Amino acid sequence: MTSAARPLTRQRPMSERIIEVLLFLAAALGVLTTAGIILVLAYQTLEFFAVVSPVEFFTGTKWSAGIKPYAWGVLPLVSGTILVAAIAMIVAIPLGLLSAVLLSDYASSRTRNFVKPLLETIAGIPTIVLGFFAINFLAPQVLVPIIGKGNIGTFSALSGGIVVGLLVTPLIASISDDSMRAVPRGMREGAYAMGATKFEVIRKVVVPAALSGIMASIILAASRAIGETMIVSLAVGDKPQLTFDPTESVQTMTAFIAQIAIGETAQGSIQFKSLFAVAATLFVFTLVLNLLSAWVVRRYRTAY
Amino acid sequence: MSATTTPAATPAVRFEPALMRRKLTGTIFYGLCVMAVGILLIALVMLLLDVLTRGLPWLDWGFLTGVPSRRPENAGVLPALVGSLQVGIIVGVITFPVGVAAAIYMTEYARDSWVNRILQTNISNLAGVPSIIYGILGLAVFVRLLNFGSTILSAGLTLTLLILPVVIIASIEAIRAVPNAQREGAYALGATRWQMVRGSVLPAAAPGIMTGIVLAMARAIGEAAPLILIGAFAFVTFLPNPLTGSYTVLPIQIFDWARRPQDDFAGIAAAAIIVILVLMLVLNALALILRWRLSRHIQW
Repeated sequence: MTSAARPLTRQRPMSERIIEVLLFLAAALGVLTTAGIILVLAYQTLEFFAVVSPVEFFTGTKWSAGIKPYAWGVLPLVSGTILVAAIAMIVAIPLGLLSAVLLSDYASSRTRNFVKPLLETIAGIPTIVLGFFAINFLAPQVLVPIIGKGNIGTFSALSGGIVVGLLVTPLIASISDDSMRAVPRGMREGAYAMGATKFEVIRKVVVPAALSGIMASIILAASRAIGETMIVSLAVGDKPQLTFDPTESVQTMTAFIAQIAIGETAQGSIQFKSLFAVAATLFVFTLVLNLLSAWVVRRYRTAY
Repeated sequence: MSATTTPAATPAVRFEPALMRRKLTGTIFYGLCVMAVGILLIALVMLLLDVLTRGLPWLDWGFLTGVPSRRPENAGVLPALVGSLQVGIIVGVITFPVGVAAAIYMTEYARDSWVNRILQTNISNLAGVPSIIYGILGLAVFVRLLNFGSTILSAGLTLTLLILPVVIIASIEAIRAVPNAQREGAYALGATRWQMVRGSVLPAAAPGIMTGIVLAMARAIGEAAPLILIGAFAFVTFLPNPLTGSYTVLPIQIFDWARRPQDDFAGIAAAAIIVILVLMLVLNALALILRWRLSRHIQW
């Protein structure tokens, strides 16, 4: 009883302050993680650049980490990554935006409550499963019969890119749907009152008003596609080459990192160090895209 | 509807120029939208059908309780399944307090200062870092610096860092959805800030927070890329000890089998995929049940 009678204000501040510090430490862990990533990548990349010149790394057009003579030009890996991501976006942008329009402006709430979770299921499938789908179903049973046996094999940028596209489509659909639904009813009704058809309302009112969210979703999806590892490790192959032919087998930055990590590469070797330089390049790519997406939202957001 | 030359019809023509064509464009567009969703759903169905037809013949009790083998007919997934569950538990146990604490700080404590802005920007950027980069961080910090080795502990800690941003973002949303009246009510009764958070905000935000954590655990269990760097790529024929020795997890086991050219290995890879998909389904169902049970008492 005596403890309850004590003035509360004198007893609590100490424990309150300890709790606040603990909470702050948890929140600051994220900053530590970022700092850790940057430090590790920077330190190891500098070690790699002590052996291989940055000029060769950034401008070289041949990458050979396994077979002598070694070559350390990162451009083939970058082109492979961009090729796969571009194919993914060609698949994901129309599929994602059309699905988003269907969800936000055509579907009844019953259809919506059925379709949206199904789309998000695709995003929740482990990516290794999607990779399996690419090499066991998409490539042999769809792409090879269509394109021809001599023209495309089991491993190609096309099959990996299409499946990565399927993976990121729900991301575009979900965010774009949210931002199109945030466009006020009054704006749609105003357009209808002017005699516009439903399609015209969507094209000239809803989409322009939701453009910042739509753009942000597309950039985020591109960033996801560039960082995706398991699908490309299985489906795209392991041939680093500077090509933009989608039927070719290429190698992406992520797939190279995985390949070195799986193999019996000694940890001090030049191959293992090159892994960090490639990872740093990948990190910069995705960071730029993520910052760009945040900037687009801030710059072009229209509040209603 | 066709244009006529009589003056009386002119206004009508002006008000609906080519209305049929405009409506037709709209119908075609609607058709495209339905097709887009249709393609996605067909892809999902084909994926499930393909995995089921390949995997079901291989899926039996021996597969669930067996260990990997050079011969597909003897192979099993038990070490990988146990490894995945251990990783999932480590992730859940650490993510829960740390993620919720960070979210509480950012919503209930931090003033709108530059520190808070840095924390927020940083979290959303971390959520966009490719998962394989987290593997590199885990390799440097947990495996080497802290000397935990290539173990389930290192794997769990790495995946914890990976999913923390997702959990924090979900928890922040859940906490922000709690009406301010709940906070003011607690303060009016003389509660301190922490008492208010513990007594009013957390119970009200619990459904959203718990759902976010369970879904994040599902994501961690399905994630393979960072664990390649943490040395999960091993031929493990025993049940892993979380603190010592080599280990494997389901997605890595699937990767190993799927890479082999023989058809039989594709079969057991598909069987292992069925196992991991069932595990995902169970976790998703658990998230739904948790949400339902925890939100029974909330009404405003």
